[in-house]
Amino acid sequence: MAVTTFGESVKRTEDPRLITGRGKYVDDVRLTGMAHIAFVRSPYGHANIKSVDTSAAMDSPGVIAVFTGVDLQEELGGLPVGWMLPDLKQPAHPPLAFETVRYTGDAVAVVVADTAYQAQDGAALVDVDYEVLPAVVNAELATKDGVPLLHKEAPNNLGFDWEVGGGDYDEAIKDPDVIIVKERIVNQRLIPNSMETRGVVADYDAGKGNLTLYTSTQIPHLVKLLFSLVTGWPEQKVRVIAPDVGGGFGSKLYLYAEEVVAGIVAKHVQRPVKWIESRSEAYVSTAHGRDHICDVEIAGKKDGEIVGIKVDLYANLGAYISTFAPLIPTYLFGLMLGGVYKMPNIDCKVHGVFTNTTPVDAYRGAGRPEAAYLVERMVSRFAQEIGRDPIVVRRKNMLQAHKNGRAVTTGVMYDSGDYKGNLNKALEIFDYKAFRAEQRAARRDGKLLGVGIAAYIEICGMAPSAVASSLGAGAGLWESSNVRVHPTGKATIYIGTSPHGQGHETTMAQLVSSELGIPIEDIEVLHGDTDMGQFGTGTFGSRSIAVGGAALFNSLQKVKAKTHRLASHLLEADPKFVTFSNGTFAVEDIADKTLTIQEVAGQAYAAANLPPGMEPGLEEVSFFDPQNFAWPNGTHLCVVEVDQDTGKVEVQRYVAVDDFGNVLNPMIVDGMTHGGIAQGVGQALSEAAVYTDDGQLLSGSLMDYALPSADMFPMLELDRTVSPSPSNPIGVKGAGEAGTIAASPAVMNAVIDAIAHLGVKHMDMPATSEKVWRAIQGAKEARRAARAVARGGS
Amino acid sequence: MSTEISVTVNGTEHTRSVEPRLLLAHFLRDVLDLTGTHVGCDTSQCGACTVHLNEEAVKSCTVFAVQANGAEVTTIEGLADGDSYTNVQQGFWDEHGLQCGFCTPGMIMVSEALLKQNPDPSESEIRAGIAGNYCRCTGYQNIVNAIGAAAKAGS
Repeated sequence: MAVTTFGESVKRTEDPRLITGRGKYVDDVRLTGMAHIAFVRSPYGHANIKSVDTSAAMDSPGVIAVFTGVDLQEELGGLPVGWMLPDLKQPAHPPLAFETVRYTGDAVAVVVADTAYQAQDGAALVDVDYEVLPAVVNAELATKDGVPLLHKEAPNNLGFDWEVGGGDYDEAIKDPDVIIVKERIVNQRLIPNSMETRGVVADYDAGKGNLTLYTSTQIPHLVKLLFSLVTGWPEQKVRVIAPDVGGGFGSKLYLYAEEVVAGIVAKHVQRPVKWIESRSEAYVSTAHGRDHICDVEIAGKKDGEIVGIKVDLYANLGAYISTFAPLIPTYLFGLMLGGVYKMPNIDCKVHGVFTNTTPVDAYRGAGRPEAAYLVERMVSRFAQEIGRDPIVVRRKNMLQAHKNGRAVTTGVMYDSGDYKGNLNKALEIFDYKAFRAEQRAARRDGKLLGVGIAAYIEICGMAPSAVASSLGAGAGLWESSNVRVHPTGKATIYIGTSPHGQGHETTMAQLVSSELGIPIEDIEVLHGDTDMGQFGTGTFGSRSIAVGGAALFNSLQKVKAKTHRLASHLLEADPKFVTFSNGTFAVEDIADKTLTIQEVAGQAYAAANLPPGMEPGLEEVSFFDPQNFAWPNGTHLCVVEVDQDTGKVEVQRYVAVDDFGNVLNPMIVDGMTHGGIAQGVGQALSEAAVYTDDGQLLSGSLMDYALPSADMFPMLELDRTVSPSPSNPIGVKGAGEAGTIAASPAVMNAVIDAIAHLGVKHMDMPATSEKVWRAIQGAKEARRAARAVARGGS
Repeated sequence: MSTEISVTVNGTEHTRSVEPRLLLAHFLRDVLDLTGTHVGCDTSQCGACTVHLNEEAVKSCTVFAVQANGAEVTTIEGLADGDSYTNVQQGFWDEHGLQCGFCTPGMIMVSEALLKQNPDPSESEIRAGIAGNYCRCTGYQNIVNAIGAAAKAGS
């Protein structure tokens, strides 16, 4: 029986079921009479639907029903937009298209059959007659005159124009000492690829009119709310269950068409229905991430002082506005353009653009990796331009350490951090000077080594609801917890967050154990079932411990207060003299006057001897809404070797120093950091979603999209600084996205550093062998040509 | 059209009539209800469906159930003896080798096969040995540590 503490690497309580094959994911849900559904999806990027012939599908063995977009048009409603911006265009987003398809993968019909194989057979037999229309996939091109228009209410395919800034960039660059460095930087489209694809089981109870949706989601409560708003189904008659969820990375953070369709279809066929997304289907039907085309300039002086950054961004929205899409390239991006630097002048304009591609929304980091990549790439680019070391330039411009709030140029308030402390610690672990010497020596031997640095900060712990609402949020972003201590002193917790790999069953239990002194084995953590407990917001934006953990902490303080009062009463002692530690109440200086929390819990239910006015039972709820966001930050360093002959990039060393504030479970936080870094390295070196001009996804399967594998990485070296966050009572900041944010600029800065002496200044991600090889050859060619000109001129 | 097959799974023989096109992964999951074997892709890349077929690690989405006729199959459910885990399972738990857990059964099955072939692998041999299995959560580091720990425990 173990009482666990805050800061202890407690082994995960989830794991015994997961290492023995006894987890329960959506595809493992089996209900009596369950049928299966398959979607018919557009093979074209843009087309009008002339007709849909379902007769052959209906005759296919096992097929129970086929529904087209027209059939269900009234019942399905339109998919919601959860974040408003001024003048945001919100074209209708039907879950099943009935007039026009706007991206490859847009669903047009659904087939219900006895087995999954039969549903797929049926889907293949649905004959859709399309009138193919011209398509556009590039966000900048889509805004030009004369290109195909996706939605008539959005001229030039513009979903929104948005801007943010601070200081006066245009004025600042009038200083004749200012040097400006410009680049066009593309942050390529990525496909999230959680290992479990999405899936839904919809179970309709005709007797009660109730619907249960088992769905692989990060936000079961919001799915319930949004499903109800979209379909008009009474909210109290919808139950959403997120069982074990096999990863999300932001891609399971929306109400999706398939969830709505499955619910409505289940009612029609009066049988439970299951849909499991195939991987190739996931590539077109689950939201993508990133996809920025950005003209950026950074301005500074010869001594390394940076005076500002200016950004003009085309952000690809895809064909429709996904639930949180308006938030990602605006606030989560623009507010972060100062990075960890003074950056006194910021000028940022963002154009959100519709294209004939899968909708783009949050993917791990969501806006913040794009911002950190721009800032960190450009700071290194600026250092290169003025001939100074990138570390020196960073140190010169970094914000001073602070413990309780620092307003920055974009108007937000960073909570706490020691940015130079992170840098110094990383450099110490890394031994930067020694590396530079090694790099010079290697170059003499024809070996190309490079070091890349990225110092980042991110806006996490979503969020203060009032602030989020003023910026456009369609729902509150607080978090909730319910703590029920049973008469035996064991406890059941219901949390509003919805883990999908983060280990909340362990960490939340750990927090309960450390606060109440109840052994961790005696604590059950429930989540992801909207009928089990109070509303919760969900798991995304590195918020679960910073907001959800804080909500739990607050419930636990209420339990402590009540049990303390009850224990004092039972011990017949003045509460002032009753102490509580390790689960035991004791009276100061009286050795034998003690009660365990289990005994006190029993008394709370027995209710035979309660203090005046105290209600029986022991159950407390808290809803926590922070006053500020939480701001994780850090410095990462990466070493790569570039093979001159093949262009192949190998990551040789990776050092990360992060400030996540207080850390509840270091083992779990390290694990998330590893995974985040791997995804950032993946973006830097191999991953890219590629469309043809007419909207075909070329990288449309795991065969074509290069996910990182185990042989791409060295052992990552992690360390931390700790600046507790003043934004929540437990001082944590969140750790889910940091690695992804820091890794892509760290790796790309290393790649450029390895070949900068050849004349390479920038290269877009991913730094594939071919791209690097071409950059090296191009640079060599340019030098040869320059020498020839010089010789010719002499 | 269906064909009768007999497959011994985790020591128990099962005789069933199946469609010739039925994948072994779906036979295990949907016919025998052994849902520990996961399906993570449709192109044989991810390895979540890895099982042992006659003691060799295979991706069960790339084998038809009829091809397993007469064969011995071991799945993740067949490894632990009650609460007594194999060294690999224990290693995954001790070293935090999993997060969402979806790739884990396949990772464990491929790791078991790797250690059988090479009981004392180097780090790079471990990384190469599991390069056919994707994990999106862990960055592989703690999986490599887990396999290393299992090798040590087995020596």
